[in-house]
Amino acid sequence: MRLLRPFVFFVIAALALVGAVHGARAATADTLGAEGARHLLTRTGFGATPSEIARYAPLTREDAVERILAATRTLPVLAPPAFATAGGPLPRPGPNASAEDRKTYVREQARDTLALRGWWIDEMLATPSPLTERMTLFWHNHFVSSQQKVRPARLMYAQNATFRRYAVGDFRALLHAAAKDPAMEVYLDTVQNRKGAPNENFAREVMELFTLGEGHYGESDVKEAARAFSGWSLERGTGAFVFRPALHDAGEKTILGRTGRFDGDQVLDILLERPETAELVVRKLWLEFVSPEPDVADVRRIAADFRRSGYRIPVALSKLFASDAFWSPDNRGVLVKSPVELVVGTLRSLEVAPDDATPFALAAAGMGQNLFSPPNVKGWRGGDAWIDSSTLLARKQFVESISRYEESRTMRAMGAAPALPASRALLAPQPPIGGEADEDARARQLRIARALDRAFRDLAFSATRYVASMPGDTPSAKRRSAQAVLLPIAPAGSGAAIPADADALTFVRLTMLDPVFQLK
Amino acid sequence: MSTRRRFLQASAAALAFGALGREASVAFAAAPDGSPYRNLLVLVELKGGNDGLNTLVPIDDPGYARLRPKLAIGRDSAVRLTDRAALHPSLAPLVPLWERRQLAILQGVGYPDPNLSHFRSIEIWETASRSDQVLADGWLARAFGKRPVPASFAADGVVIGGNDLGPLAGGGTRAIALANPEQFLRRAKLAAPSGERRNAALAHILKTEGDIVQAAAHLDGNYAFATTFPTSPFGNAVKTAARVIANEAGVAVVHLSLGSFDTHANQAPTQARLLGDLAQGLVALEAALREIGRWDRALVVTYAEFGRRPKENQSGGTDHGTASVHFALGGRVAGGLYGATPSLDRVGDGNLAHAIDFRQVYATVLDGWWAGDSRAVLGARYETLPILKA
Repeated sequence: MRLLRPFVFFVIAALALVGAVHGARAATADTLGAEGARHLLTRTGFGATPSEIARYAPLTREDAVERILAATRTLPVLAPPAFATAGGPLPRPGPNASAEDRKTYVREQARDTLALRGWWIDEMLATPSPLTERMTLFWHNHFVSSQQKVRPARLMYAQNATFRRYAVGDFRALLHAAAKDPAMEVYLDTVQNRKGAPNENFAREVMELFTLGEGHYGESDVKEAARAFSGWSLERGTGAFVFRPALHDAGEKTILGRTGRFDGDQVLDILLERPETAELVVRKLWLEFVSPEPDVADVRRIAADFRRSGYRIPVALSKLFASDAFWSPDNRGVLVKSPVELVVGTLRSLEVAPDDATPFALAAAGMGQNLFSPPNVKGWRGGDAWIDSSTLLARKQFVESISRYEESRTMRAMGAAPALPASRALLAPQPPIGGEADEDARARQLRIARALDRAFRDLAFSATRYVASMPGDTPSAKRRSAQAVLLPIAPAGSGAAIPADADALTFVRLTMLDPVFQLK
Repeated sequence: MSTRRRFLQASAAALAFGALGREASVAFAAAPDGSPYRNLLVLVELKGGNDGLNTLVPIDDPGYARLRPKLAIGRDSAVRLTDRAALHPSLAPLVPLWERRQLAILQGVGYPDPNLSHFRSIEIWETASRSDQVLADGWLARAFGKRPVPASFAADGVVIGGNDLGPLAGGGTRAIALANPEQFLRRAKLAAPSGERRNAALAHILKTEGDIVQAAAHLDGNYAFATTFPTSPFGNAVKTAARVIANEAGVAVVHLSLGSFDTHANQAPTQARLLGDLAQGLVALEAALREIGRWDRALVVTYAEFGRRPKENQSGGTDHGTASVHFALGGRVAGGLYGATPSLDRVGDGNLAHAIDFRQVYATVLDGWWAGDSRAVLGARYETLPILKA
């Protein structure tokens, strides 16, 4: 900040600049142009690079959306940690295990989950289809389960694989799979729900959060549906889904005005018949991809198409991405990036990749998004709730830490003391796991902070190289391009008045510290 | 006087207290300079769930020795407060406060249909929800949403030593998390509130940057206390809290935490150490607040997600329980025992029923300490506790 000179440097709107920089690739009536391409890529993925933007700029909206949807996947590109796909019985303490054994188990599962978080961040960085991972994350935050209750990391991976398999597939199949997912069965107590001793947890949440939404069902619907889900259980050893007829209440139930000897799957189908289900999902997709204020008529229209298509998720997405609201200039930079989008998007945009992404998963956790551990059954609230004083400083410290490494390298070369980023400040204090002592939790915190410091160092991000790689014939044109790539709308704060003679590091740093960098 | 009788009297007093309405409240009388939030609230979270039965010990109850064959606190080491109740020996530093009658001990604080998950139960406490209800915002965030803390304050609340804003989370609260003031001030330089508020999200970010800058301008952390603080991590946190409180601009709430009390195994040494840290920290906090003339305007309250199982387990520890003992202290606290001594004769393998709903404690803060409207914040009327002196 101190480098700012007291003269004002005007930055013209990003649109005009990108048009100028990209010359022939500027938007025509039919093609996206650089700015449209950037918008589509960042909204449906994690950040964007100049070469990706250049590939999409000449496409029409329709072709570009089709290309993104056609690239979606059902499997990850990176192999998960070995434990995640191991067969056989789940490693679980028996009913007579000692307290020490239980603690060890809890810590082992926490450790494996940490590895899983690192793997997923890595997958987000590596995937050729960022939309697949955005949607996998979307379903993780829709069909919420948390490892902190579920425990076995292997079940969390299996759930993640299920979300990816159906990420951009069939919502009907996804709902049925998520309902029978073992982690979900533990998280929402389906396993406790048996004939004569109902547990209503899943029955309530499936209506309130996964399908209909509050106000579209009654208490008796919850009670009756719980009876229908009774008997859904897990195999003792492997933790796989199993139906136990002896525990199932096969009697007649009345749910949403329909009466029959329904089982769980039939209840899900009844929920899928209701227009509210499609509307709830489309409204959430709107909040994720379009704007903080869903248009009621648009949502209803897209939801009707979604339902008519047999709940084909690509139908909902392509209609959303074709909507006027999605492309409206008024809706640029109106959504707050989630911590994972900020972390992964920044690394992808800057074209740097860590050897081990685990510290970056922890950085996202420090900003309030700990993968596989959403705060409660409603998931992360998202939107403006991502930002409070604590998370905003963690987010700013994150971009500061990336950009500062070049400086510390330069200073070391000059023989000065390196200014290491205070990664410790970036991380949330680690809660003690499984009765761990405070000292141990603090020691873990310190290890993680060091790992993050090393990770930042190993990224070896160079602002000088980054700006030099930007399109543009002159240094100032390259800088305008860099801002147009990094920011969704013109900078509003520190990025808006960077003196022309500021070095590349200062330029990138002030651009990423601009409040607009937090938006998409 | 038996604690039972005292509880009945307390309840009667609470009704009378409520009937007098706002005019009679401590805050109204105590805040001639304007804001009721000049009455400071210090929350101390006992993370992991502290064992209440070994905190305030029903020392002569035969059920106690039966449930705690290994873990029972001996009669010779416990610090006797009344004919029936004694403190854990590590809490001995609190005795002078007790004798000055500025320490209220709340027995059996909990809620109906208790949840035994750390995460869910602390969420219930921090959002003041029912057991079967998920609320988004912390109870203090809701309170400040209904009646804002003056903008001139350094912040609505400061959370020492954690990123989790807990009861201050959500609702646009100006809550600042800081591990230590110097670090916060360093990081706060990354924030700048200026800029055009082109949309709601950007406006929210700029407001938050403004909150950070505002707090950084006031939380200078330079007050040099004569008070000596314990060197434990909690002692350091108390010192930071004292420095935050010493700022002229004011804060309504300071949040501290200590743990982990999640003592499933080998509980005795861990709890002894943590309760020692707690007692010494609270005594230092009192000394520091007296030093800056704030003790009479401070209310310190402990809370936790739950207590622990009355019957000890096979590992010399205790498992997750329900209702537990909590403390309230301050210059205007009416010391004594509140709630009901747990009845252990029928507890078996089970858990304790609550005698005080935790939302009664919150109602006491909201109505009594801050002269506010607890019903609007908590969604129902909870009887206040007569733990505050006018």
